[in-house]
Amino acid sequence: MILRAEGLTKVYRSGEVEVHALRGVDLSLSARELIVLLGPSGSGKSTLLNILGGLDVPTSGHVYFRGTELTARDEAGLTRYRRHHVGFVFQFYNLIPSLTAVENVSLVTEIADSPMRAEDALALVGLGERLHHFPAQLSGGEQQRVAIARAIAKRPQLLLCDEPTGALDSATGVLVLEAIEAVNRELGTATALITHNADIAQMADRVIRFGDGHIVETRVNAIRRPARELAW
Amino acid sequence: MVNPGPPRSFFSLRALERKLLRDLWRLRGQVFAIALVIASGVAVLVMSLGTIEALRLTADAFYERSNFADVFASLKRAPEGLVGRIAEIPGVQSVETRIARYALLDLEDFDEPVIGRIVSIPETKEPVLNRLMLRSGRMVAPGRPDEVVLWDSFAEVHGLMPGSTLRALINGKLRTLQVVGTALSAEYVYAMPPGSLMPDEKRFGVLWMGRDALAHAYDLDGAFDDVSLSLLRGTSPEDVVAELDLLLAPYGGIGAYARKDQLSNWFLMSEIQQLANMVTVLPTIFLAVAAFLTSMVLNRLIAIERSEIGLLKAFGYSNAAVGWHYAQLVIAISSLGVALGVGLGAWFGRGMTAMYAELYRFPFMIFRPSAAVYAIAAAVSIGSALLGTARAVLRAVRLPPAEAMRPPQPTLFASEGIGARIERIFDQPTRMIFRQITRFPTRSGGSVFGIAMAVGLLVTALGWPDSIDRMLEGYFFEGQRQDVTVGFAEVKSSEVTESLSRLPGVFSTEGVRSVAARLRVGPRSRREAIQGIPEHAHLTPVFDSETGVVELPPEGLVISTKLAEMLAVKPGGTITVEVLEGRRPVFEAPVAAVFETQIGSPAYMRSDALHRLLRERPVASAVNLRVDREQEPALFAALKGMPAVTGVSLRRSMVEKFNETMAETMLIFTGVFALFSATLAFGVAYNSTRVSLSERARELATLRVLGQTRAEISYILLGEVALLAFMGLPIGCAVGATLAWFMSSSFETDLYRMPLVLEHATFGWAVAIAVISVAISAAIVRQRLDRLDLIAVLKTRE
Repeated sequence: MILRAEGLTKVYRSGEVEVHALRGVDLSLSARELIVLLGPSGSGKSTLLNILGGLDVPTSGHVYFRGTELTARDEAGLTRYRRHHVGFVFQFYNLIPSLTAVENVSLVTEIADSPMRAEDALALVGLGERLHHFPAQLSGGEQQRVAIARAIAKRPQLLLCDEPTGALDSATGVLVLEAIEAVNRELGTATALITHNADIAQMADRVIRFGDGHIVETRVNAIRRPARELAW
Repeated sequence: MVNPGPPRSFFSLRALERKLLRDLWRLRGQVFAIALVIASGVAVLVMSLGTIEALRLTADAFYERSNFADVFASLKRAPEGLVGRIAEIPGVQSVETRIARYALLDLEDFDEPVIGRIVSIPETKEPVLNRLMLRSGRMVAPGRPDEVVLWDSFAEVHGLMPGSTLRALINGKLRTLQVVGTALSAEYVYAMPPGSLMPDEKRFGVLWMGRDALAHAYDLDGAFDDVSLSLLRGTSPEDVVAELDLLLAPYGGIGAYARKDQLSNWFLMSEIQQLANMVTVLPTIFLAVAAFLTSMVLNRLIAIERSEIGLLKAFGYSNAAVGWHYAQLVIAISSLGVALGVGLGAWFGRGMTAMYAELYRFPFMIFRPSAAVYAIAAAVSIGSALLGTARAVLRAVRLPPAEAMRPPQPTLFASEGIGARIERIFDQPTRMIFRQITRFPTRSGGSVFGIAMAVGLLVTALGWPDSIDRMLEGYFFEGQRQDVTVGFAEVKSSEVTESLSRLPGVFSTEGVRSVAARLRVGPRSRREAIQGIPEHAHLTPVFDSETGVVELPPEGLVISTKLAEMLAVKPGGTITVEVLEGRRPVFEAPVAAVFETQIGSPAYMRSDALHRLLRERPVASAVNLRVDREQEPALFAALKGMPAVTGVSLRRSMVEKFNETMAETMLIFTGVFALFSATLAFGVAYNSTRVSLSERARELATLRVLGQTRAEISYILLGEVALLAFMGLPIGCAVGATLAWFMSSSFETDLYRMPLVLEHATFGWAVAIAVISVAISAAIVRQRLDRLDLIAVLKTRE
């Protein structure tokens, strides 16, 4: 067990209004596992992912990473957690425009404990040839794959992807999913992937459906479909 | 433009106006930082223009009311009958003859001898020219020869008032004088004792006595030794001066001069000129940097609001309406700066005027800048801001709506050539810093320029006291080694040197023969006293400020470089010397050497050579003494009793007075400029960091998500401003040296030159103050970094 969450709630207050983003969520994630979180906008998926990744803290409940309580850590502790154990991939790639592909990845390898070479990380996502291009010189799919390479170059225990294909067309999206799949398979990184797209759920070990701050359904896929077979 | 619609109250603002107010509020930190920079420029402008106006108007009014003369001349003695011939000089309006002498005063509360300038006034009527402004008591009455009107400032520091008495050594006789009034005079707005560089109302006083009383005392019945003229409008004073010189030559005239060369007026006018110089240089720097900062902020705002601009235009807002919207933002920022600056400038201006009121003795002086001063300050600041931001505003105006609503072209970065190879040795965050700087060279260059200007101003302001110290050192210490100078009305046989050396506490003595002369080389001429000093002079040697003591050759003149420049003569050349005293001989003297000095334009000659040329036996017009400080009271008492002595001055008192006055004025100037310069550095660093933060918030949040610590992302953001500041510092030191050079040369006058002195410590302090200002701005922005919302930033598309 890599990650375990118990009774997570999250309430956002803005003035008089209280928004319950999470209403008691329990979840665990094993090494090598790939889960997909499905659900409509505002159902609490991103809030959960942010809490699991140490970007946000729950209003109540606990998160344990490899047996130690994450929710007991302070800001600096969460930063160390992200630095050494977590890889993030977002819908809008968030690459540093002034750094080339290989330099964007090096941002992470320079501060990680036992990272892979930046070039190897890029090769893993199929970008071995475009090392010295700046983000503005890459297509959307290529940029997202750089973001994945950047997320996994530190060999994280956990890879969190929030709508990684949201801004991409189907063919490009598949390339990106293949990269995530390769990382999950070859490095054994536990992966959680948020999507609106039910088709993508077929590549997961487990599919967790969200609604109004709850987990409304958990389904285990008997067989994971390879990403390259997906289309939408 | 948009349809104005129905009449509106303050609360029913149009949507764009609301946006403007909210933009201003959202950008308040940057708006305020820019406003402070503008305010500094405006404050200098209002302070200087207002003070110039106060000095000019006050001087004009005072000169007008007292009928201040246009031409002045002193002579030995001329019959009153000469007035008719003087009045016949073309262009002369009125003539006033006087008796004016120096005399030693003895005050009960003051040990040191005091030099008095005694000037006659008519007993029965108001003088035609140079009327006094009575401050208390009354004018002197006829038939009361001991009545005296005192210069008000002198009376005030010595606690003298109508009814008080003082003693004066008038023509060798000690007289007790009755104070009947105190007055101010246009001739003595800035009144310095002879040989000093600063007004000293403790050791120098002006006394006005009845003409008849003085004529009796100095055996000048039916005669005069001083004359002032007023001229008809449009008359050239130079022509009248030349005519008057011819007329007075047989009567011992020592050279007439126009009002512009009258000492008090000269100082006043050069002060005004210095302020005018300040007005041209300093506000320009502040306003130029402020314009750059405004344009930087506006460019960023327009980049952020790109799609909104497209939307507005799509809705049917005209290009002009969009342009006007952003221009209003610029006007709002500069108006805030103007408002702050006017307040600050008025405050500093009042302080400065009060300081001037101590130095320049006017009956009144009020700092009340006219509307024109404020209008100029507002127009210049708002105008320069609009000019500086014109490009940014035009960018918003020209943006086609369809293009505006698409995301902007991604910024292209480059990593090629030698730069890229050098970069390789640095880590990624450092590369990010380099690339941001090189990608936006104009903005980076502007920030470097801004910091450099701040450092430059600091170097100039902080170096100024050192220049003054050096000048003081050169004048009072290196070139003068005496403690006391004793002056006589008439030259004395050199034996006087001998007799003074026998006075109590005198260690050594040295006589000086000073002779008034007109020095001529071709068409150029200059009135200048030739100082005759003994061979191996040890008390007042000729001192070159660069090479040290200059030994005088047996023959010929050794003149200052300033005089050489004015006469366009070089060593080896010849000067025609027209002596203006005694038998008024004219002779040719070779220029043996020149020397550098910061004060005046003196000419020296060995006294034995001078005596030969003047065909006189050895005489002295002043004697310098080295004395035992312990025995000064006894020495002063003895000097006060010597009939021939008309002046005693102490080097120590002059230095003290100089330092005291300078300490006050320099503290104000240096303090104000250090503050303004620090504001400049702060404004530049704060705005460039905030703009950079706005551009990089997303990147920095991403890095935080990737596990970088706050310190690590701060390095990227603050490293940029640190690097820009680091580049600005050496440039600033060079700018400072140039600016200081410019200031010292623009302050150069015939009377003194400010030496350019820049100590290492000056650069050190300037750099330190700038670095602290940058650090403060960095600390403020750093707090914002800590509040960076990681999630919100990542959810949005740039």
